[in-house]
Amino acid sequence: MSILVNQSTKVITQGFTGAQGTFHTEQAIAYGTRMVGGVTPGKGGSLHLGLPVFDTVMQAREATGAEASVIYVPPAGAADAILEAIAAGIPLIVCITEGIPVQDMVRVRAALERSDSLLIGPNCPGIITPDECKIGIMPGPIHRRGHVGIVSRSGTLTYEAVAQTSAIGQGQSTCVGIGGDPVKGMDFTDVLERMIADPDTHSIVMIGEIGGTSEIDGAELIRASGTRKPVVGFIAGATAPPGRRMGHAGAVITGGHETASAKIEALRDAGIHVAPSPAELGTTLARVLG
Amino acid sequence: MNIHEYQAKALLRSYGMPVPEGRAATTAAEAVDAARALNAPVTVVKAQIHAGGRGAGHFAGKPEGRGGVRLARSTAEVSDAADAMLGEVLVTKQTGPMGRLVRTLYVESGCDIARELYFSMLVDRGTGQIVIVASPDGGMEIEEVAARTPERILKEYVDPAKGLCDYQSRDLAVRLGLTGREIRAFQNVVRSAYNAFTGLDAAIVEINPLVVTGAGDLLALDAKMSFDENALFRHPELAKLRDVHEEDPREREAAEYGLAYVGLDGNIGCMVNGAGLAMATMDIIKMEGEEPANFLDVGGGASKERVAAAFRILIGDPKVRGILVNIFGGIMRCDVIAEAIIAASHETGLTVPLVVRLAGTNVERGKALLAESGLTIIPADDLGDAARKIVSAVRNAGA
Repeated sequence: MSILVNQSTKVITQGFTGAQGTFHTEQAIAYGTRMVGGVTPGKGGSLHLGLPVFDTVMQAREATGAEASVIYVPPAGAADAILEAIAAGIPLIVCITEGIPVQDMVRVRAALERSDSLLIGPNCPGIITPDECKIGIMPGPIHRRGHVGIVSRSGTLTYEAVAQTSAIGQGQSTCVGIGGDPVKGMDFTDVLERMIADPDTHSIVMIGEIGGTSEIDGAELIRASGTRKPVVGFIAGATAPPGRRMGHAGAVITGGHETASAKIEALRDAGIHVAPSPAELGTTLARVLG
Repeated sequence: MNIHEYQAKALLRSYGMPVPEGRAATTAAEAVDAARALNAPVTVVKAQIHAGGRGAGHFAGKPEGRGGVRLARSTAEVSDAADAMLGEVLVTKQTGPMGRLVRTLYVESGCDIARELYFSMLVDRGTGQIVIVASPDGGMEIEEVAARTPERILKEYVDPAKGLCDYQSRDLAVRLGLTGREIRAFQNVVRSAYNAFTGLDAAIVEINPLVVTGAGDLLALDAKMSFDENALFRHPELAKLRDVHEEDPREREAAEYGLAYVGLDGNIGCMVNGAGLAMATMDIIKMEGEEPANFLDVGGGASKERVAAAFRILIGDPKVRGILVNIFGGIMRCDVIAEAIIAASHETGLTVPLVVRLAGTNVERGKALLAESGLTIIPADDLGDAARKIVSAVRNAGA
């Protein structure tokens, strides 16, 4: 078991024949992900990396039965690519693209809410169930199969959490990078409720950052669920000045609940074990697991 | 991207927003000409900087109480106000103690104010929708109104499927206590703000105060607009509104190379890949008892040139007394990072301690390149080790 993706998940790539789409689809195939094709408008009917290319997502879904799509389309066309995947009824959409205009995401979010599709991202590393299915840009070899669920707004900080949990002899059930944009698809609550329900996830690491209040919602969900699974947390950006955007479009403090200290307090109140430093994610988990 | 008040008013006016007549000026003579052309009984002279609180601010080295917004009843008074502001440094609550140099003034017709309202529009991240925020308490800091009297903050969300509906604006107008023809006038304000907001991919449109005049007209007395950097590619006409004087030169140079950089006040320069890891690296430096000099995310697929540019910005910052490079390679390859560090160090000369932590893709090759480079580099095994080593190196170098 795992959440959202496993060895049977059939995946297509949108922006398949571009440099990013090609490189990461090759990596996914090498990892063992069940890639079944891809979409590049105008190149339908050809083969790429030994897989069929389609002009539209609808054609790709009908021909392959794809259950997930990963998007490597440049920012100007990325929101349209997500909308196309929603219209084609793709159950899980993962958008890696960074730099999508926020008002484009406002339209995407409205379309998502009227559909049954789930979106991970944009501006995220993707999702991986180790040894089964890798959808995204994370380095495969640092992961190992195990029982820690990891959810994070930051890509490289997710890798840090993966490396540190692996270093204490634990592996991961599923790792989800939800992305650093202010308007996005799945949030902490969406991922956490699945990890709490997943019998294969025995503990959880959640990594947030300044900006917005979604970590506080996530902490409230954990408290309300009454789960006995240990949860370790960390919030990046304690030293960030208010009003300045720290790289991620969403990482900016505009109100009192959005600071690292307010979020850390909310996590602690919910019984989450907050790591004292980003270098102690693994050791904090080890201590909690005993 | 932020713009000046006079630029925001010109843009909003082109979308139908009622704004007072006004002209920009960069000399006292231009200010006087502008006032003559306006021919109003009262003229307002306003310093143009990218920060709020101008009226309540003060000029560096001058007595407090004479701020960056002044009323003038004659051309002589306009000239005096312009002389007092141009070329001077205005300090406000938002500028910090360093203040901002005033290079441009906006000379505007005064108006007869009956009421002051607050109005803004932005994207609400919780709902993922555009939200209109209004309050009957205009002319004050909205954060204070929100903290003290949250019931006086009114909100209206725009359903993306329907777009802005005029009945929403009229409803808001009534809740603000507007009556008669003021209601239609407010509907027009909201509509023009919405068209500008969506048409230009704005991040915020804020009008504080939005005034009701004695005659029952609505006027945007102040205006602030900023734009979504990610959407500037489809609004090339906005590029000419950028005022480079208002930006940190280090941040400007970084932006030219596509780097995310924020200047801070500490002395340990950081170069990291990924925004979250970059923030975490700043945090751990602080936990070890020193302060970061910057936030710098070199991004995912950065080229050797881009990484070298990032490294040069750190070396060139006189405040930097030590550098910490922290890379967890995913798309980013550690050997590319190593090559860039070596090239930039040889080119510019490295005079401060350098700690490098590499992990992830091609880490062995990256470490080998650094070891063979002949540079004095302190290698680190993990994030905690790296932070301890740079802090101790900076302290030893300073002792």
